Amino acid sequence: MKFKNITSLIIILFGIKSGVAQQTPAPAQTEAITIVGATAHLGNGEVMENSLIILEDGKISRIQPVTSTKMQYPGKIIQAKGKHVYPGIIAPNSTLGLVEIDAVKPTDDEDEIGEILPNIRSLIAYNAESKIVESMRPNGVLLGQIVPRGGLISGTSSVVQFDAWNWEDAVVKEDDALHINWPNSYRRGRWWAGEERGLKANDDYTSDIQKLSDFFASSKAYLSGSDYTNLAYDAMRPVFEGKKKVFVHVDGEKEILDAIQFKKEQNINHFVIVGGYHALGAARQLKENNIPVLVNRPHSLPNQDDEDYDYPYKLAKLLDDAGVMVSLESSGQMERMNTRNLPFYAGTVAALGMDKEHALELITLNAAKILGIDENYGSLEAGKSATLFISEGDALDMRTNILSHAFIDGRELSLETHQTELWKRYSNKYKNQDNSDKKE
Amino acid sequence: MRLKLLILGIFCCLFQLNAQEYFPKNDGVTNPNTNFTVFKNARIHVDPQTVIESGMFSIQNGKIKAVGKNINVPENSIVIDLEGKEVYPSFIDLYSDFGIEKLKRAEGGSSPQYDASREGFYWNDHIRPDIDAISNFNFDDKEAEKLQKAGFGVVNTHVPDGIIRGSGMLVALTPDAMEGDRILNERSGQYLSFDKSVLSRQSYPTSIMGAMALLRQTYMDAQWYANGNADNKDLALEALNKNKNLLQIFATDNLLDEFRADKVGDEFGIQYVILGSGNEYQRLDKVKSSGATYIVPLKFPDAYDVENPYMAEYISLAEMKQWNQAPANLKMLAEKAIPFTLTTHSLDAEKDFKTNLLKAIEYGLSKEDALAALTTVPAKTIGKSAELGAIKTGAWANFIITSGDYFEKETTLYENWVQGKKKVLSNMDVTNITGEYDLNLKGESYELSITGEPSSPKAEVKTDDKKLGTKISFSDNWMNLLISSPDSTKTEFIRLVAHVPDLSENISGKAFMPDGSETSFTATKKAKSDTAEKKDKEEEEKKDKEKPEILPVTFPNSAYGFKQLPKQENVLFKNATVWTSEDDGVLENTDVLVKNGMISKVGKDLNAGGAKVIDATGKHLTAGIIDEHSHLAASAINEAGQNSSAEVQMEDVIDPSDMGIYRDLAGGVTTIQLLHGSANPIGGRSAILKLKWGETPENMIFEQAPPFIKFALGENVKQANWGGGVRFPQTRMGVEQVFTDYFSRAKTYEKKKNNGDKDFRKDLEMETLVEIMNGDRFVSSHSYIQSEINMLMKVAEKFGFNINTFTHILEGYKVADIMKEHGVGASTFSDWWAYKYEVNDAIPYNASIMNEVGITVAINSDDGEMSRRLNQEAAKSIKYGGMSEEDAWKMVTINPAKLLHVDDLVGSIKTGKQADLVLWNNHPLSIYAIPEKTMIEGVVYFDIEKDKAMREEIKKERNELISDMLKAKNSGVKTQPVKKKEEQKVHCNLLEEVH
Repeated sequence: MKFKNITSLIIILFGIKSGVAQQTPAPAQTEAITIVGATAHLGNGEVMENSLIILEDGKISRIQPVTSTKMQYPGKIIQAKGKHVYPGIIAPNSTLGLVEIDAVKPTDDEDEIGEILPNIRSLIAYNAESKIVESMRPNGVLLGQIVPRGGLISGTSSVVQFDAWNWEDAVVKEDDALHINWPNSYRRGRWWAGEERGLKANDDYTSDIQKLSDFFASSKAYLSGSDYTNLAYDAMRPVFEGKKKVFVHVDGEKEILDAIQFKKEQNINHFVIVGGYHALGAARQLKENNIPVLVNRPHSLPNQDDEDYDYPYKLAKLLDDAGVMVSLESSGQMERMNTRNLPFYAGTVAALGMDKEHALELITLNAAKILGIDENYGSLEAGKSATLFISEGDALDMRTNILSHAFIDGRELSLETHQTELWKRYSNKYKNQDNSDKKE
Repeated sequence: MRLKLLILGIFCCLFQLNAQEYFPKNDGVTNPNTNFTVFKNARIHVDPQTVIESGMFSIQNGKIKAVGKNINVPENSIVIDLEGKEVYPSFIDLYSDFGIEKLKRAEGGSSPQYDASREGFYWNDHIRPDIDAISNFNFDDKEAEKLQKAGFGVVNTHVPDGIIRGSGMLVALTPDAMEGDRILNERSGQYLSFDKSVLSRQSYPTSIMGAMALLRQTYMDAQWYANGNADNKDLALEALNKNKNLLQIFATDNLLDEFRADKVGDEFGIQYVILGSGNEYQRLDKVKSSGATYIVPLKFPDAYDVENPYMAEYISLAEMKQWNQAPANLKMLAEKAIPFTLTTHSLDAEKDFKTNLLKAIEYGLSKEDALAALTTVPAKTIGKSAELGAIKTGAWANFIITSGDYFEKETTLYENWVQGKKKVLSNMDVTNITGEYDLNLKGESYELSITGEPSSPKAEVKTDDKKLGTKISFSDNWMNLLISSPDSTKTEFIRLVAHVPDLSENISGKAFMPDGSETSFTATKKAKSDTAEKKDKEEEEKKDKEKPEILPVTFPNSAYGFKQLPKQENVLFKNATVWTSEDDGVLENTDVLVKNGMISKVGKDLNAGGAKVIDATGKHLTAGIIDEHSHLAASAINEAGQNSSAEVQMEDVIDPSDMGIYRDLAGGVTTIQLLHGSANPIGGRSAILKLKWGETPENMIFEQAPPFIKFALGENVKQANWGGGVRFPQTRMGVEQVFTDYFSRAKTYEKKKNNGDKDFRKDLEMETLVEIMNGDRFVSSHSYIQSEINMLMKVAEKFGFNINTFTHILEGYKVADIMKEHGVGASTFSDWWAYKYEVNDAIPYNASIMNEVGITVAINSDDGEMSRRLNQEAAKSIKYGGMSEEDAWKMVTINPAKLLHVDDLVGSIKTGKQADLVLWNNHPLSIYAIPEKTMIEGVVYFDIEKDKAMREEIKKERNELISDMLKAKNSGVKTQPVKKKEEQKVHCNLLEEVH
């Protein structure tokens, strides 16, 4: 009987909802919230000690230093002295919500067949109830750009927030960008056809680029007036109108320079390099053409034996030093579940010498600017969305990235997940055993 | 007269060999011939050390009868004058597949084949000692000619297929002979390799360590079979026993495999002759200590085409250095007095053999050593010194006649005699008309220059410095020279004809003028001018200068390799924050003294006593990180050919050149358990390594660590997403049965062994399982789901042993109480999940929960990237589950040391322990921490300052080599396109890789 009571108590205490895997999205903000006394990391490189942040109607209505102890705070007050407030971290170039379990094919919706698929839209496949998506929130990763993979043109991404009932209320910016996988001047040896393994020169490089140019040209011709419907061409209209950005996934220096040339020829305004392993060699051109780079996750191994062991750790800093606008992205092996480590990727860049606040800026304001959502997101500023979190300490360090609160558009999120529920359930299993041991 | 003699000579040769005298003759009369052929006035290279100037030798019936300055010339002799020519013993190639048809790969379905296809033979198709070259041999005239042109007279050929390949045969490349004459030994040696037979699709072995284990088991089984213990007939084992006393030649294609072959040989008292890779120079001492004679392919890497700088980035310094250094391999082998012979294997004998040989000589190989490697060494190796490899009485008449020093570029190989039979490769009676001449023709004076090979010369004719169109031909000592008329307005030609039977100063003959008139002409040979000689000399000097400087070999021979291995130092770390990983916790402002590789003192204000003082103020000193689950530094990970591979050992496949080692050191890792993969329930034996960068594989092994083995459960072993569904087990239910079955068999095995049963057969797999049951070998089991974790503990308990460690153990938190009761430790990931179905309930709080329950918990990597950030991974447990910092730090130091049973030696900072230490610039659990020094047993293997210097050095060496390669390409040398080797990224949790 006693045991049963304890169990019920625990269920009440931790709010375990048996049978419901996902957390319920938070309702819209109705009451003002005031966060008092925290160190605010604004996301624009600045820090505000002992801050006062007021969230109203989903927005930050005020942010300023606490001027007197006698100030009147509206609504619910969160005393956050000694704590740290950060803007919600943004994960660009992500496949969150498109795949649930890597090795289980039926859960995989990231890569459609075909080569040129601008009309493929990630948004409608985005699973707002993914258990992996909810696991981002306890680390402060609150928004992401959901990107389809594969082909020469993979499709069109959208930006979402990570606390939603469905893709419709998740969306922050619909169809924000077109994604091109730039051809590689090297290709893998077709070992099954008797070629050697490893990379060799790709004889099709030029013709693959030509394919892209031809497609852009055909789209333009079509869009200037046609009496038939072509879904792929139609999906290009916002690109030419400057409403859809172009993200080019490319690593090689030569390829990056060729991509910049393509940008000029096609007159594309909003152009972003994704990956950029060798972008340093093209830093001057990137800077001149105002092209930002989403640097691939710093927690990677160097591509070549001869390279500095810490090259991936410091690439973002080197590009930033060269005047290129930089953010970080986490694509690659196990990318979805690893995306929650985004703050630590920034921490690593800081470890290699970048100022911590600036390292934070990479994954907040810079990411927002690159995705075109900086009007509302990416920094703690009055008038912007109240999308932020409170951490016990430095959020870029896993020792101290411990969240007490997180908000998206002023809605206070659950920081519980499938994982925290299991943690609590089993921690308590053993605690109960300890208790019963003692009794015996 | 001379021509007649020549024809007669050829005629006679045809009948010189009469070994098959008892054969009936139906196409004519027998024409016996016991004539002698006597060669005189030759410069005879009797053997590499002995030269007879202007000597004589005689041959009869295919053998050499006499050699000397002056020998008796019997009456029935044909005498050949070799004035100005040289004679060498012809060459011997011990690794050849001459005359053996290329085998076709076995075809079959898409599912793997686990059983043997051959019946009446060994259980593994890749053991083929019953194959012999002689049954598969057909003399190949075309290939023979290529080899003859390269100077070879005898090859040892075999069927290059399988792990044990059966016996080879020694065959003479005698032109126009019968097979019975050519075969010198039809069982000349047994060949082996680590490569499987193409004739069978049998899966096992899928790895190099599997091949090694298979060899060991086969040797043991052969002995057991020889003792009459088998009930069945095994033709393969019978053949192996029959081949036992033959020369054993082991074919490899890389340096590590050379050492692996030698290791297996040593274990069974067999000294293999080893077909090497040409990279022996990278570890000369170890090559020397193998005691093996090496057969070295005369092949060097081509320069890379580095014109495209982007492409050039993809070649590693190691590959570039290999291009630079490999041609000096033979010279270095000779200097170390390592016996070696050369092979044309893997190269075009006709095109590349001599070019490459001359290159080796250019790089310092002496001509004597080169000749020995081609003659006396192989003859001795194959046990035929009396018959082959020298021009001496009683030996086969196998020799080559050259125009001069064979090891010079211009020298022509005229004739290759094998078993007294002649193969003419280039007519040696051609008068050498090359030279500079003054040509006088109808009062006009011309300059004639003849260059090139005497048998196919080139000519240039000038008048008043004007070059005229010229065409020359020279055959049977008749010269035809066509010169275009000096009057360029006309298309007219002068034709010159001359017979030049002898080497004389002048060429004279008849000229046919364009107008039809005939006249005589004389071309007078000019003395070589001083300027021409000077030019020659200058060219020679220039060549010397152009010889690329050979870069020093480093250990390993790649970027970040050591020119000299770092030495043990006595060091005092002064004023550090010391993370003891002991009850002492974290000590501020503390000194640690390292002496003779051990931690000698921990305390305040210690006396350096001669030790080097490192100011560690503001820095953190910790024990080296230990990664319980790593696949770094390995040439292979899985032996997936069977559901148990307890016989294989990771210690066999250590790759000390893996850059992952250096990167791990840069992340503060000093010890790893190199685990077998998870392709099968019972995996292979672990190697526990100290990351001693630059050392040999055996010097990396953590000697005092006890033996371990990898087990695995779940999706990988049941082949959830691959494998065709034919291998047991396909379910978790079957996995239990595999373990139960193997351990039941091991019980029976042990009983039989202990009883001393006469027919007891030693089985490497069973031996391992018995060790496990007796607690002499510990199990680290890959595991995810609570049901299977529980199951394995129950199986172990049933057989009276404990599971030592569950590795990955992502649902350990669900059965932590049962685990604690069993006494098993846990080595887990910090936050990985969702990559496959069985990790759906993996939570980052796992380590914290298990730690709280009282299990020894470690954080492992299973990944070359994460391994170098294990400090961060440990720190995640502070976030996930609120673990204390000290406990978190223990999860990557003393806890894994406990799991590996080496906690009395490493894993913490304590007096008397091995000095495996890391100096960090910051709190070691913080994201901002970077190791500045990583030390193993008092030797600093990573130093951030030295790393900086090495980066510069790498840049410099790359630049130099790229510039050398560009020069090489410019000079017309063949280059190869840049290819990027793809680094193998190894995990054991990913389906597609099954590690």
